[in-house]
Amino acid sequence: MNEFVERRLTLRWQQAKRAYDVVIVGGGGHGLATAYYLAARHGITNVAVVEAGYIGAGNSGRNTTIIRANYGIPEAVRFYQHSLELYQTLEDELDCWMMYTTKGIIWLAHTETAMRAERARSLLNLACGAETVMLTPQEVKALCPQLDLSGGGRYPVLGASYHPAAATARHDRVVWAYAQGAMRLGVHVLQHTRVTGLLRDGARVTGVETSAGPISAGQVLSAVGGNVSTLAAYADVRLPIRTHPLQAFVTNDYEQAFQPILSDTELLCYVSQTERGQMLIGAEFDAQPSYSLKSSFSFLQSSAAKAMHLLPFLRNLRVLRQWTGICDISADFSPILGETGVEGFLVTTGWGTWGFKAIPAGGELMAELIASGRTPPLLEPFRLDRFASDQTMADPGSTGTH
Amino acid sequence: MLWIPCPTCGRRPVEEYRFGGELRGVPDRITDPIERDVDYVWMFDNVAGVTTERWFHQAGCRRWLTVRRDTTTDTVLG
Repeated sequence: MNEFVERRLTLRWQQAKRAYDVVIVGGGGHGLATAYYLAARHGITNVAVVEAGYIGAGNSGRNTTIIRANYGIPEAVRFYQHSLELYQTLEDELDCWMMYTTKGIIWLAHTETAMRAERARSLLNLACGAETVMLTPQEVKALCPQLDLSGGGRYPVLGASYHPAAATARHDRVVWAYAQGAMRLGVHVLQHTRVTGLLRDGARVTGVETSAGPISAGQVLSAVGGNVSTLAAYADVRLPIRTHPLQAFVTNDYEQAFQPILSDTELLCYVSQTERGQMLIGAEFDAQPSYSLKSSFSFLQSSAAKAMHLLPFLRNLRVLRQWTGICDISADFSPILGETGVEGFLVTTGWGTWGFKAIPAGGELMAELIASGRTPPLLEPFRLDRFASDQTMADPGSTGTH
Repeated sequence: MLWIPCPTCGRRPVEEYRFGGELRGVPDRITDPIERDVDYVWMFDNVAGVTTERWFHQAGCRRWLTVRRDTTTDTVLG
């Protein structure tokens, strides 16, 4: 896999230096995007991205690639709308085709309570600049002819909210394009370099201990997915994070076009079609925290049953592949970005099940914070000390599944 | 798949249980009482390795049990 990535990218992998201005731990979307924006927007090119495996090996390569902004609290809607707008021009900015396809996302409601919640959310989205409208069952059927409006007799569709700007993009391409963009500007990307500790000077973090030796740094950013609590513990930082597995699976090719992304907050599952024609089905994360990448049959069984209530044609398809990523879920279901209270150590975490869509905005704003030392207004609500100051950003409803 | 031994019902699949959270204390190095409260309410150890946690056997005997589990392999110990 790694040889393949290297050949395709024609990148020149560098040897690690002894010191950098900024060291970013984690070569996924967020880490590489932050490195790219540091170099491109702020002229800080003495940056290293340290990755334990190959770039995009973690959640950046395991997610279900949905990009949307229809969140449930104003701060999140503004943040994700900014990210969506950056995605729309990203192919031009990085000069790389990412298969960015606008599909629109439909959120089904099966009860009056859910209809009320969807109406409230669509109004909130409109007020914060993310277009979301309500649809009648007939309008839903027109957008998605395969949908069974009776929901298999058990989950009748009363209506839906529709967010037309929702899109998908090829996740590997996003990761590789950011890596390529950053490396062209002089950023070092160090693959197969595992961080085993943090260098400390008193309380201050002054670098990272890696499998390739110590690397000192002016600032260290943790852009780790999965093992963030372990990394933060090296700096004596405690995080309100639990790491849960999240699974998804694809079927074999479905020969008809399935245009929109279909999502369901009550059934907690979602369905979209990949560029290859496979049906991609995901659901909620596993109930217990775990770092294991094992997939389970019970997930396959329950999510397939849910999806088949809505889309009866799925019962004729076969399961091709099932996989698991481990994602960091924060205590209030919103991401955590910024300073940690320990000098020289920043985090971008809590990306749980909604990190892919946030890559451009997360990277751009973290780069601004690192370069200027000031928290940009869009990041202000997502700082870590919100938990201590009783200003948590609870948004479980709209982030429940992906 | 995760199987959890219940003292009453024997070895049962994880679907019958509800996860009740890790058993954890506030680290001694946090001495400020307000910081200790914040840590107690919000923070998690989230250990990659062996944790001690509470589980509720919801679809069985409906009793709470304490389980030691390795989170890197998602298996119950002992």
